[in-house]
Amino acid sequence: MSPHTEHQASQGREPLDVNDPRLTRFDIVREGAHRDDIEIVHYEPQVLPGTKAERRLTRVVAGFFLITGLAATAFLAIYIWWPWQYEPGRGGDKFYTPLLGLTLGVALLAVGFGILTWGKKLLPKEVSIQDRHEGQVDKESRTITGQTMLYMADELGVKRRPLLGISLLAGLAPVAAVAAAPLVGGLISQPHKNNQMFTTGFAMPEGGQRIRLVREDGRPIRPADISTGGQLTVFPGIDHGVSNKHADSPTLLIHLRDSDAQESRRANERIGHGDYMWGNYAAFSKICTHAGCPASLFEQQTNRLLCPCHQSQFLITDNARPIFGPASRRLPQLPIEVDSEGFFVAKSDYTETVGPDFWERP
Amino acid sequence: MKRRKFDLAATPGKAAAGVDDRFAVATPLRKLLNKVFPDHWSFLLGEIALFSFVVLLLTGVFLTFFFEPAMTEVVYDGSYAPLQGTPMSAAYASSLDISFDVRGGLVMRQMHHWAALLFMAAIVVHMLRIFFTGAFRKPRETNWIIGSLLFWVGFLAGFTGYSLPDDGLSGTGLRIASAIMLSIPVIGSWVTSSIFGGEFPGTIIISRFFIAHVLLIPGLLVALISVHLGLVFTQKHTQWPGPGRTNNNVVGERMFPRYALKQGGFFMVVFGVIALMGGLFQINPIWLFGPYEAWVVSAASQPDWYVMFLDGSTRLMPAWEISIPLGDGYVIPPLFWPTVVLPGILVGLSTMYPFLEARQRKDYRSHNLLERPRDAPARTAVGAMAVAFYIVLTLSGANDVIADKFQISLNAMTWAGRIGLLVAPPLAYYVTYRLCLGLQQHDREVLAHGVETGIIRRMPDGRFVEVHQPLSASNGHADGHGQLDYVGWVVPKKMNRLGALGPAIRGFFYPIEKPVEAPVSPGHPPVEARPEREEVGSGESRH
Repeated sequence: MSPHTEHQASQGREPLDVNDPRLTRFDIVREGAHRDDIEIVHYEPQVLPGTKAERRLTRVVAGFFLITGLAATAFLAIYIWWPWQYEPGRGGDKFYTPLLGLTLGVALLAVGFGILTWGKKLLPKEVSIQDRHEGQVDKESRTITGQTMLYMADELGVKRRPLLGISLLAGLAPVAAVAAAPLVGGLISQPHKNNQMFTTGFAMPEGGQRIRLVREDGRPIRPADISTGGQLTVFPGIDHGVSNKHADSPTLLIHLRDSDAQESRRANERIGHGDYMWGNYAAFSKICTHAGCPASLFEQQTNRLLCPCHQSQFLITDNARPIFGPASRRLPQLPIEVDSEGFFVAKSDYTETVGPDFWERP
Repeated sequence: MKRRKFDLAATPGKAAAGVDDRFAVATPLRKLLNKVFPDHWSFLLGEIALFSFVVLLLTGVFLTFFFEPAMTEVVYDGSYAPLQGTPMSAAYASSLDISFDVRGGLVMRQMHHWAALLFMAAIVVHMLRIFFTGAFRKPRETNWIIGSLLFWVGFLAGFTGYSLPDDGLSGTGLRIASAIMLSIPVIGSWVTSSIFGGEFPGTIIISRFFIAHVLLIPGLLVALISVHLGLVFTQKHTQWPGPGRTNNNVVGERMFPRYALKQGGFFMVVFGVIALMGGLFQINPIWLFGPYEAWVVSAASQPDWYVMFLDGSTRLMPAWEISIPLGDGYVIPPLFWPTVVLPGILVGLSTMYPFLEARQRKDYRSHNLLERPRDAPARTAVGAMAVAFYIVLTLSGANDVIADKFQISLNAMTWAGRIGLLVAPPLAYYVTYRLCLGLQQHDREVLAHGVETGIIRRMPDGRFVEVHQPLSASNGHADGHGQLDYVGWVVPKKMNRLGALGPAIRGFFYPIEKPVEAPVSPGHPPVEARPEREEVGSGESRH
């Protein structure tokens, strides 16, 4: 007889009397399994009680647990007494974290292996078969539940009194909006406040002075500060100009070689930016027009500027036109000149939108 | 004085009876203790994700005691000398404090990060197991969908988490995230400015990410994981085909005590491995990156591994900008496609897959038996295609590092990725499909003719033939071979595998051998189940 039919047959048999004193504990376990449609078809101790194998495995498991105790104690000792405070150079503190990880890891691994050995090797092996009752959907129950729910609908009488349903929906719709309103209303922020998406820190305040270009430490820059072929990251010389408050303002000031500068000027003139450069100096936004990373790797020989995030490459001598990679728009150029004191200033703000592209960018 | 009798041995029994009187737990508890689980190593992959999640919760709670989610500018005066006196956000300063000035803080931080990486890795590998064995089929489509969502919610948890320290690397990631939101047509700038509270970076994003990372997203994860496990529990686990296993039963071990012990031990092992990694392997050394400054970045700025495929897709995307010449003009930037549309398509395709496959195979039955990947060549090939697609993208996410280490042109790497993305998936499909068919063929050959023995025999007419060891006794076939049906499980291919076929059930109370539902695969007619399964013998003649 196949086990399946045997199993089915077992469902039909009389349940055992579990109070029968002749039953062993395992008999009761099997009876319980039967009642859950489980057949324990194979049950076999892996080690016999009192054998050498059992004693050996017991020692192995105990050994694992003792290793855990040792490692955990070591963890505590290291945690408390090992020098942990950071010291520059070669201090013992370098080993603090590794030692903590090592002792904690060993402690946890040993307890894990101990439990695994206990479960896998010392406990009896078994094969049980449980019925899934797959495909035995209780059709009757389905009908009853379905009818009950339909009856509930009848009781409510929404069908007969459609006005109730409609008015309830009409009443609840604004309530849902009420729940969403504070969240949306609180979070929403007008993106074009103060024209912020189209201006940078170089925008001249009304009736004010032209903004100076400054270094990271805030000092203004003279043309002689940058050697030929060199470049410098510059910022608007305003309050908090060198900070993330003006994350769209960092600019790359490049001192081009003569021939490259001529090429750049010609390119500038082609697009009506004839007066954007000052001498052989040109300034481009450092914020990539693709995803906003600073495009900061300048290759002097080829006049290419590379953004390390997604490898967009811009040809500086051709108005910083993107020539490779995912960027689709040139880096905006800052019109610059030198003021009466000999420092670089921005003639005006950027005339193109700085930073990553968006829907309403003209 | 008469002492009250106190029977210590009877106390637990009495207490248990008392509990049962009040809560009637005996029957449900028995059902739980008795529940049968099938056992296979590949069923433990999801557990790794679950256990990593527990470690994430434990270490994460520790970290919240010391982390300050604020972008207020402070001047660092902690013990890490190279950064002393540097202005930075409070978030970054407190992350440095966790690393240097909280005793044992660094090991906790690193364990948290490694556990997150392991969590995502286990989710992906578990998902591959589910996919390639067809475990997502009816009735488990819902759990497949929840699983796919878990990947994306885990992705968000990871991204919001590694953005919190506000270091140079994570700030760059945040910058890119803001650009991605900006790229959404029509509402992009509104979404970005609403989330960041104004123009990037604003002053509030870290505290918003913090509450998302420690409350909203973990809450969602806990909810999804609970439903996921609950469904596994009520729908009962799938099992591999094999002796005695049918679509209508579960063959395995009762949950308690052995199965539960093994789970507990496995949890400790996963926990231990994370502890070792957290202590011994450095991860995200934020003190080397410095505070986030919008103008500073370095090459080899890679996100965590599970984000790299999106970084790769962004790098490979050609600079295709769509301009709409209406009014002042509108733009759909190239960034929109690889970072918003692509993930959208991936979510849609992965969640819809069970239904698409059922429709394509016209198979609307319930399946509790797993399929070997070779028995569903089309699915396996589609999976290989997806894996190839993912690998090309992930490698492209590191293409600058590869270009640097192997002295390859960066632009060549980008082009290789672009071409690879188009060529590799179809190629993977074709190769996998052929491999599956070949493996199927070989299974049938072995069943029909026996195992190759490596013994070459010379025939009287001078031919050489290899001697095959038949798997079953002769049943009157002309060639003296018996015929065995394929039952969807491992066929022994080597002599020393004979008799080692799957988990052997010897039968303690009675032998259990029953044919199982044979999977239907293209190219082979459906195999009729036989009433009795042949005993797998040594092949020696027994007439």
